[in-house]
This record gives sequence, structure tokens and C-alpha cells, in this order.
Amino acid sequence: MSTTAETAQQLADPSATTLLRFATAGSVDDGKSTLVGRLLHDSKSVLSDQLEAVEAASLKRGQEAPDLALLTDGLRAEREQGITIDVAYRYFATARRRFILADTPGHVQYTRNMVTGASTADLAVVLVDARNGVIEQTRRHAAVAALLRVPHVVLAVNKMDLVGYDEKVFAAIAEEFTAYASELGVPEITGIPISALVGDNVVEPSAHMDWYGGPTVLEHLETVPVSHDLTSCHARLPVQYVIRPQTAELPDYRGYAGQIAAGTFRVGEPVTVLPSGRTTKVAGIDLLGESVDVAWTPQSVTLLLEDDIDISRGDLIVPSGDAPTPSQDVEATVCHVADQPLTVGQRVLLKHTTRTVKAIVKEIESRLTLDDLSQHPHPGRLVANDIGRVKVRTAEPLALDSYADSRRTGSFLLIDPADGTTLTAGMAGESFATHKSVTVATEAAGVPDEDGWDF
Amino acid sequence: MTSAATVTEGVDSPYALSHLDALESEAVHIFREVAGEFERPVILFSGGKDSILMLHLALKAFAPAPVPFCLLHVDTGHNFPEVLAYRDRVVAEHGLRLHVASVQEYIDAGKLRERPDGVRNPLQTVPLTEAIQEHRFDAVFGGGRRDEEKARAKERVFSLRDEFSQWDPRRQRPELWQLYNGRHAPGEHVRVFPLSNWTELDVWQYIAREDIALPGIYFAHEREVFKRSGMWLTAGEWGGPKEGESVETRLVRYRTVGDMSCTGAVDSDATTLDAVITEIAASRLTERGATRADDKLSEAAMEDRKREGYF
Repeated sequence: MSTTAETAQQLADPSATTLLRFATAGSVDDGKSTLVGRLLHDSKSVLSDQLEAVEAASLKRGQEAPDLALLTDGLRAEREQGITIDVAYRYFATARRRFILADTPGHVQYTRNMVTGASTADLAVVLVDARNGVIEQTRRHAAVAALLRVPHVVLAVNKMDLVGYDEKVFAAIAEEFTAYASELGVPEITGIPISALVGDNVVEPSAHMDWYGGPTVLEHLETVPVSHDLTSCHARLPVQYVIRPQTAELPDYRGYAGQIAAGTFRVGEPVTVLPSGRTTKVAGIDLLGESVDVAWTPQSVTLLLEDDIDISRGDLIVPSGDAPTPSQDVEATVCHVADQPLTVGQRVLLKHTTRTVKAIVKEIESRLTLDDLSQHPHPGRLVANDIGRVKVRTAEPLALDSYADSRRTGSFLLIDPADGTTLTAGMAGESFATHKSVTVATEAAGVPDEDGWDF
Repeated sequence: MTSAATVTEGVDSPYALSHLDALESEAVHIFREVAGEFERPVILFSGGKDSILMLHLALKAFAPAPVPFCLLHVDTGHNFPEVLAYRDRVVAEHGLRLHVASVQEYIDAGKLRERPDGVRNPLQTVPLTEAIQEHRFDAVFGGGRRDEEKARAKERVFSLRDEFSQWDPRRQRPELWQLYNGRHAPGEHVRVFPLSNWTELDVWQYIAREDIALPGIYFAHEREVFKRSGMWLTAGEWGGPKEGESVETRLVRYRTVGDMSCTGAVDSDATTLDAVITEIAASRLTERGATRADDKLSEAAMEDRKREGYF
């Protein structure tokens, strides 16, 4: 997409543009920087002063060509070491949509970074080098996308120019990846053959692959639906803050403010407040100063209720006919994100929506080996970047949904009460979608896993 | 799947929010999280568009109740008079409480020394961090956006600072879902950036949509300026022009509002919000690249200042 006055005019129009959050994942040499660079560059998101700064810095280092990685490596240590050590967020826009890109490092040891990026992503782009095909790292990325339940996955088969733009090469990789990812429960996979370096099918359709009839990467990003049918979702409003002006004009106003975590709420609807279990009806909904009849996720609203019942931060408002059962026992898949380990018996804090409670790690049932998706039973502890199954007992009952039903009310953090460190990212309930104990053919090991695995 | 990829209908559900609604909802969520979790939050308010936007969002987040935060302005002593007037008007209009940390007072007391280049932005760090300690603020809202600068692209929404207000990018907490971790030890505080995911264009489009008043210097006007390091600086008592720099009257506007010593004006005839938005959408320069001298000091200028406690 070229930068024309017309594009600028379209960009200036905020109507009908939506926001898509996506994450990129790829190994070190898969060309992720090139792909990100091209998306940013061709959507006018790299401006001339940034390019000049990169050129000057490259020159200073004795590099002849501008090193586009300098655009994305924001930290001194990253530039010094020439690697990306942390997630960075980037922004670009087309006339149709605004994009927030979580640019996640590809190193094996940074699983936590991909988890971080994927936690808020509507879509993940998994990059594969056409010459190498599906490798261990690709499986890891697919597994993380499946674990985090990223709704859309794009398989970008890169460097097609180096395999003669051969349809068979692409088809074989796409088939292998789709079989693998579908088994993990990835709901939608779109395969796109690209050359990030040459520019094939990234922004412009390729002139070299007339056998491919699908969208370019950017076209797909622009058109993929960002939200799903909410009518079937369990409605959830975690109470963040109670608004009570107590002024002469508004002596009795009592509003329960929060961001709707899932589903929709309507005026007149009977609701239950958890954990107390008291019931009432929605008397009104304030959408940031505007009174509305219906509101839905992820709108930030203030609910007014018919009865004056005791509600505070951390409570959960749900439709009376659809209340989750509060429990003090949480079973979850977790990704350990801290340098200090997580051990059995450890006392932690558990943050779920707007509620933080004391908790204890009762059991670490298993640790997942992402390479072949095998389980290692009772590892005793989890260290940084480990993914495992844990059982946690909380001091107070929590109304968690299954992460499979709601990314927002099924997720939680474990926090070290001593220093506040975020230890672990948790996803409640069963994992990997439908889970009927899938037996994964571990091709790498050549042996099928008899027990299957319950991640 | 075959080589013809899954065809996706490009139709969003009727429940899809516009990008501005999504950003607004997220920012409001962040304000309410801080109000629920912290004892003594404060909003950094410079009278610039980002802090004006923050205040507008905070007003919406807690309406019809007042904003439960006070404001803190780090006054460099070289602020635009129009901006100070705007600040005081807003504070009075919404019945807010304003704290001012003054760079000039620090210089007069000998606690800070004027830099040879006269640039005062970096001098803000000491009065800022001391004001945070003095008032025991535990959450400090800043208007920083990740699209501004590459070190800022690495910043979390909740960014823990130690008792010296320092930022250590290698020790940041991973930030997952919308679960912000605000735990901190006594003496530490958290910098909170509700506009993290907004771009300059988003800010302007939202200001237009909500019809938010801004100081006049954001719109094209005639001003006496002189050229220094390729930027148009406002002539004035703060220290410009020097010998060899000549003043001329030009039609300009500001894209950012900061200290007069390092904030440049851009040539512009955009006198309305619509004209400003069209101009920015077509601009080939970033906001900071066009108008901030202090970011040009070195490749890691922003990162280094942030490590020391800058916002």
C-alpha cells in the first residue's frame, strides 16, 4: 500500500475502523524482522526520521545497509547483543483497520514472551522457513497459540523465493501444520505462501505464485473478524470500583463499574452477585456517561442495580440463570514466567479478574515438553518458561470459568506475596479445546504417546 | 486446508467496537484498576494533549463522581504561558487538586544546575521523583504512548519503579491478559500508562470525536521563532535566540507541548481539528522526531532518562 494523499485521507477517517491485536512468532532466522519491517514500512508506519536514525546508527556500526532490526530493538542491551529480549508493541494502520502487533522474540528460552504476546492476541502469525518446513519451534509456537486459545492462526510460509515458488512445498508444509494445529484445537488456520524479503503476498499479491488464490497477509489481517458471536457467551462483569458521588444532586447513586469480561448485559435482566449469591435486577447501564439498554464485552460500563445490596471490588455480577460455581480448588494449565521457580507447597497470591486472594500450590501434576508435547509427571517445580498442570487451593472461593469458555474470566496470575513478582500465568480448566484425551503422534520421537496428554 | 487458504468473510459482528471505543474502554479499565488497588495515585499533567486526554478519560471513568486522583505538574519554568493558563482553567473547572514541582525552584536553591544547552526537560526527573516521595504517591499516571519512541515500545502498562524511581527494562514483569499487577513495596511506586496503545492519530481523532478543548498552540498561528538544530523554537526569555540565530514570524503549530527550550514548532496552516488530523495522517515525520530535541541527544536518550526516573 503506497502512501498517497488518498490513503492519508482514508486514515484520517475513524469511522468503520476496528482494532486487531496480533502476535508474531518465528525462529531467529525465519525472517520475522523482515516481515514486521515490511508490514510497518508498507503501511507508512516507519517514518522518515526513524529510517534516518536507523541509517545513521547502522553506519556508525560500520554496516553498509540500514539494519531494520534496529527499528524494533528498542533497548540498549538488545542493540548491543543484536537480539530481541522482550516483547515490544508496535502500531500501524490501514484505511480499514488499526493494528497492535505484539512482536515476540523467537528464542526457545522465551516461551513466556510468546505467552505474554498471545494472551491479548486475536490472531497469531507463525512463521516457517519454506526450506526447513515444520520444525520443533513451529510446533512450540502452534502449541502456545492453542494453549492461549488465540482465535485465528496464520501460517506464513516464508522464503518461497528460495524454493522456486513451488506449490508442492507450500502444500506439504500447510498440510502438516494444519493437521498438527487442528489436533491441538486451533480453531482457524490460514496458510499463506510469502517472501517477506521480496514482498510476495505480504502486502501485494505475488506475481510468482499464480497457483495461490488466497489473501495476502495484510489483506487477511484487515478482514479477519475481530469479535465473535457473543449471544452464546456467559455474561460476566467483575466489579472494579464502586462509584458513589454522595453529592447533593446524587445522594443515592451507587454504580458498579467494570469492564464486561464476556457476553452481554441488558437492563431488566435478573443477575446474581458472587460470591455472596444475592440476586437482583439490572436497573440501568451507564456507558461512560450515556445511558444504554444493552452493553457487551469489552465495553467499560457502570451497572445500576434495583436493590441496594452489599457489593465491592472483586465481586462478580453474572446472569442469574448462568452463574459459575465458586470453588476453592483451581486446576489449571500454567506458564511459569518468573526466574524464581514455582514449587509444591508454595504460598502465593492468585489474581483473578479484580480479585486477589491467598493461595497455596497443592500439586504440580506434570510439566509439558513443548518439543514433542510429552508430559513429565510430578516435576516438583516449574522454572522459567515451563508449562505445566497445577492444582491450587485458594483461601476464598473464586468463580472461575474454564479458559476454554472465556479467556478473560478463565485466566489468572500467581504472584509472589513477598516481593510482588508475577510468577505464573494460569488458564483454568481443561486445556487444548475439546479435549478428549488426544493421542499425539510424536513424530519427532517416532513414538505415539500412549496416555495422550491433558494439556 | 489446501493451497487456497481458508476464506474468511470480512464482516465483523455487530458487537465489534470501533478502534476508538476499544481504546477508550481499555483506558477506563486501567484508571479504575488503579483507583481500586492503590492508596495515593496521581495524574501527571503538563497541559499537553496526552495529559488532557488522560484527564478526560478519567472524568468519564468515574462519572458522575469526581476523579479520585489529584494532578501533578512538573513545571520546567519554561512552559508556554497559554498552556499554564489552560492548566489552571481545567483544575478550577473540575475542582481538582494540583501539585506543582518546580524545576526553577530547584535551580534557585542550587539543587539543580542549568545545562549548557539550556534544555530543561532532563532536569524534570529530580523534582518529579522527589515530589513522588514527598507525597508518597504509589501510582503515577503518565501519558506516554508506545508509538512515541522505541524504548517506550517496551514499556508495560503498569511499570514498577524502585525507591529511586528507576526503570529496569530487564526486570519488567510480564503483563498478561488485562491482569495488571500493581504490587509494590513501601517506597516503590508504579507508573501507569493508560494511553500505551494509542497512536498520535488515535489521540487526535478521539479529541475531535469528544470535542475536547486544547491550548491554542496546537493549532496554526503566527509566532516569533528561530531555528536551532533544525527546529523552530519559540523566541523568549528562556534563552533564545542566541547570537547568530535570527527571529522570524512564521505560521506554525505544535505537535507536542513540553519545555520551550527543546520543543519545536512545525510549519502548518492547520487551524482546525480536521485539518490537524489530515496533516498528521500525511506526515512523514514522527511526533518526537519532528519536535523534540532531547530525544536526538543519543540513540538511547529516552531509555537512559527513563532508567533514571523520567516518565
